[in-house]
Amino acid sequence: MRGLIALLSGALFGTGLFLSGMTDTTKVQGFLDFFGNWDATLAFVMGGAILPMAVAWRVAATGSPFSGGSFPKPPSRVIDRNLILGAVMFGTGWGLVGLCPGPALASLSFGGLEGMIFLCAMGVGMWIAPAAKRYLDSRPSTA
Amino acid sequence: MEADWIWGFVGGLAIGSAAALYLLGNGRIMGVSGILGGLIDRTAQSQMRERLLFVAGLVGMPALILVFSDTVADTNVSPNTLLLLGAGLLVGLGTRIGNGCTSGHGVCGISRLSLRGIVATCTFIAAGALTVLVLRIVGGL
Repeated sequence: MRGLIALLSGALFGTGLFLSGMTDTTKVQGFLDFFGNWDATLAFVMGGAILPMAVAWRVAATGSPFSGGSFPKPPSRVIDRNLILGAVMFGTGWGLVGLCPGPALASLSFGGLEGMIFLCAMGVGMWIAPAAKRYLDSRPSTA
Repeated sequence: MEADWIWGFVGGLAIGSAAALYLLGNGRIMGVSGILGGLIDRTAQSQMRERLLFVAGLVGMPALILVFSDTVADTNVSPNTLLLLGAGLLVGLGTRIGNGCTSGHGVCGISRLSLRGIVATCTFIAAGALTVLVLRIVGGL
């Protein structure tokens, strides 16, 4: 059951990314181009995605997941160095090419060799991230 | 142009519904960098199978749509290999160090008014905007 739900959720997510145009890097970089020819599409995608999820979080507050287990605990409120540093690194890479992890996977079948090169580099980044985190944690934070 | 935001909103609703299904069905946050990262660094443990199935759906469905419709799709990704490698590394490292990407921090975090999600989303949008501005100035875009 959990597997089927995950498969359906992934398929629906892929459909949404495809329909919304978010697999087109020019639309993503267009959204980030606040000082140029701004493309608002990504804001509508975000808004559309947040609506059903806001309802889902309310439903989640009242019970337990359909396939058993429990819902995620309330989010931490700690803003630490890793959160900011990670978001800056991610945002920089996102701006450079216009791909984030979801669209990079969703466009695998039509993104060509370039998409695969990006995806491989992203995988390497994720693979070495635990070591990078250990290194960061071993250094005293000045932030 | 008008159709763009309508399709954006419709696609967004599908993305949010996918996240809602994942949360209410499996009790998990639908964050792509977390789902994929956990598979790569082997911290997924018992959820290996469901995470693989999620990725299969995410990769497979757009492929099926393209096979069974007349639609054409282009990512318009830069042909610059060095840029692709650097950006990919930054996205992979950054999303795992910062614990989330557009789906986890953005969609799932903001919708529950998570302070970390909101701060991370504002930060990566600002960093992305600054990067695009620099690309424009140096003529890389």
